[in-house]
Amino acid sequence: MVPLWMYLAVAAALFSLGVFGALSRRNAVAVLMSVELMLNAVNINLVAFWRYSETSTDLLLNGYAFTAFVLIVAAAEAAVGLAIIITVYRNRRSVIPEEAAALKG
Amino acid sequence: MFESPTIAEFVTQSNLASTLPGTLLVAWTLLLVLVDLFAGDEREHWTPLGACLGLGVSFVANLFVYAPAADQQTALYGMFIADAFTGFLNIVILVATLLAVLMSRDYLMRAGIHRGEYYILTLLSSAGAMFMVAANDLIVVFVALELLSIPLYILAAFRSIKNDGGELALKSEESGMKYFILGAFSSAFLVFGAALVYGASGTTNIPQILEVAPAVVDAASSATFYLVVGTALLIVGLGFKVAVVPFHMWTPDVYEGAPTPVTALMSVTAKIGGFAALLRILVTALSVLLLVDGGVAAWQTTISIIAALTLVLGNFVAISQRNLKRMLAYSSIAHAGYIMVALAAAGTAGSADSATQGALVYILAYMFTNLGAFAVVMTIERVDGGGGNIDDITGLARSRPLLAMAMTIFMLSLTGIPLTAGFVGKFMVFAAAVQAGLVGLAVIGVLTSVVSAFYYMRVVVNMYLRDSSGELLPALETVYVRWAINIALAGTLIFGIFYPLASNLVSMVSIA
Amino acid sequence: MTILEFGPVSALLVISVALALIIANISRVMGPQRPTYRKSVPYESGMKPIGPATRRLPIKFYLVAVLFIIFDIEVIFFLPWAVSMRDLGVYGLTVMAVFTLILIVGFIYEWKKGGLEWE
Repeated sequence: MVPLWMYLAVAAALFSLGVFGALSRRNAVAVLMSVELMLNAVNINLVAFWRYSETSTDLLLNGYAFTAFVLIVAAAEAAVGLAIIITVYRNRRSVIPEEAAALKG
Repeated sequence: MFESPTIAEFVTQSNLASTLPGTLLVAWTLLLVLVDLFAGDEREHWTPLGACLGLGVSFVANLFVYAPAADQQTALYGMFIADAFTGFLNIVILVATLLAVLMSRDYLMRAGIHRGEYYILTLLSSAGAMFMVAANDLIVVFVALELLSIPLYILAAFRSIKNDGGELALKSEESGMKYFILGAFSSAFLVFGAALVYGASGTTNIPQILEVAPAVVDAASSATFYLVVGTALLIVGLGFKVAVVPFHMWTPDVYEGAPTPVTALMSVTAKIGGFAALLRILVTALSVLLLVDGGVAAWQTTISIIAALTLVLGNFVAISQRNLKRMLAYSSIAHAGYIMVALAAAGTAGSADSATQGALVYILAYMFTNLGAFAVVMTIERVDGGGGNIDDITGLARSRPLLAMAMTIFMLSLTGIPLTAGFVGKFMVFAAAVQAGLVGLAVIGVLTSVVSAFYYMRVVVNMYLRDSSGELLPALETVYVRWAINIALAGTLIFGIFYPLASNLVSMVSIA
Repeated sequence: MTILEFGPVSALLVISVALALIIANISRVMGPQRPTYRKSVPYESGMKPIGPATRRLPIKFYLVAVLFIIFDIEVIFFLPWAVSMRDLGVYGLTVMAVFTLILIVGFIYEWKKGGLEWE
């Protein structure tokens, strides 16, 4: 059987890629994609942990259920986020937060 | 094999009754969607009215469920916990939402964006906060956090170009976009942390994590590593939500750009949800994450440093702000710092209860005061976006003496002057910090409170002592906003003058 | 270390990539090549090309896509129920009915607001 750490390594790599993308890309849509990548890394983690857990049985589906909820929430978040980003784009012709300069930090 | 229960068995086994405050609110909101959809334009006031009624129903349900139950009971097979902590924070959330709804209609009418969806999203967000304070499982923490946040993203971007064109709508949409990006980013951290804690302990249930954690820590294996990293990521994720330094960058922009009632709401309910989850996860589940020497939780140092940084940065940067909403945004960062002090104090064995009670009283005082301050700011804001600067309240004492008096009391309470609710909250938090042996942190807290007096008092000085240009500010607000200010004022004064009241209310709260 | 367990998967990966490359290039290598102007313009069902292929799609497609995402993903919750429907009995049916009711409220909202109209 493939050891647990391999799955975790893949998930950690994906998560780090997502963090890098979210921090380095300036386009809001690209940031959204990076966040989705991070959430999917979490899903790999959860399913791997569930599969390898000593307490997991056919009835105890914690990690599995968690994955379903993460997927659903990611979809809801993406739908709302895209709607907001598209509204900003229509009015400003740009989806780059730094160029959206009505607000200054 | 799984024995499927009958419906009656399910209702009693799952203790469905103790989830009623939250579930009733959601059911009512769904009904309200249909009412709003079919009521038509001439009955547009049905939705805000229905929203207030729904909050009332939930409030009554909350009294029935929690008044007799000082003891803990879980619901939905351990997913929810119904204790005094939940009941108290539910009431705070409901009152905050009611005040925000009272403020909203006026603002939405002025901005030309009165739509029923606004109230529905507000109620859903509050229901999310209520589920979050009742969460007894990492899955529920995550889902409730998203139910709390996603409507707030939409609400922050609620002003639209179509109706009121120009700079304000752009600001609102941008603030929604920024809030969304940072919020989604932080929930990814939160859920990664939750996954690692689950991997280390084999369960997502918070009391069960408490049972398993000592063995995990003693084993000093890779599971210990997952637990520590998971805890750190959970703190990062929730730190973004409650806006503590260094995860606060989004706050001023989002608070300034969002419609004022939304800012008021999110500055209270989002923080309540975040801090409730932090208290539940850190104090209940991970209090056993001990360093080798003594009874201090391993995360206490981290939380203390975050609290100190938040206090210093929030209070000092607020001084240089000219825009009232931005100033209140930095002030809300600073107040998150004071609640963080209570959280750090909860890390010392034996002082978890007093620290939690301090945090709850602080949240109560902050809720009344902050919503009141935002309501006053809203009354002097003009539709074109002017009127939100600190110079614009010059001479308010002459044109609107009662409003100026209310604002003065809110500012005094935010500073923490005796006879206001803010003082009681700060007193309990600092007392808990000293009791927990965090004297240095308490001293930083007191000193930064003195600094905060500088920018809060500047508002008062502008209202009373500076000469205005002569024109009187017109009274723009409706009677609903006045009611919101009155309720906030009453709360601030009652809990300040009858100071044992608040501590009696939370005396049954125990979290560990 | 049992990396060899991935053997069949790796074989599949290699074969599928190789097959794709072969199919994509076989006609260029083996077929006759007599290019004319007509043949080398982009193929648009025999019509003359009328514009760049990467033009923007109407915003309506985005609305449909977003609505689809939501209702599509919710099906995840139906799947566990569907596979254990007989065990869960009336209890499972009631719980899923409540869930469906919530979805239907959203669907009514979408319909009434005109989210399903194309024009």
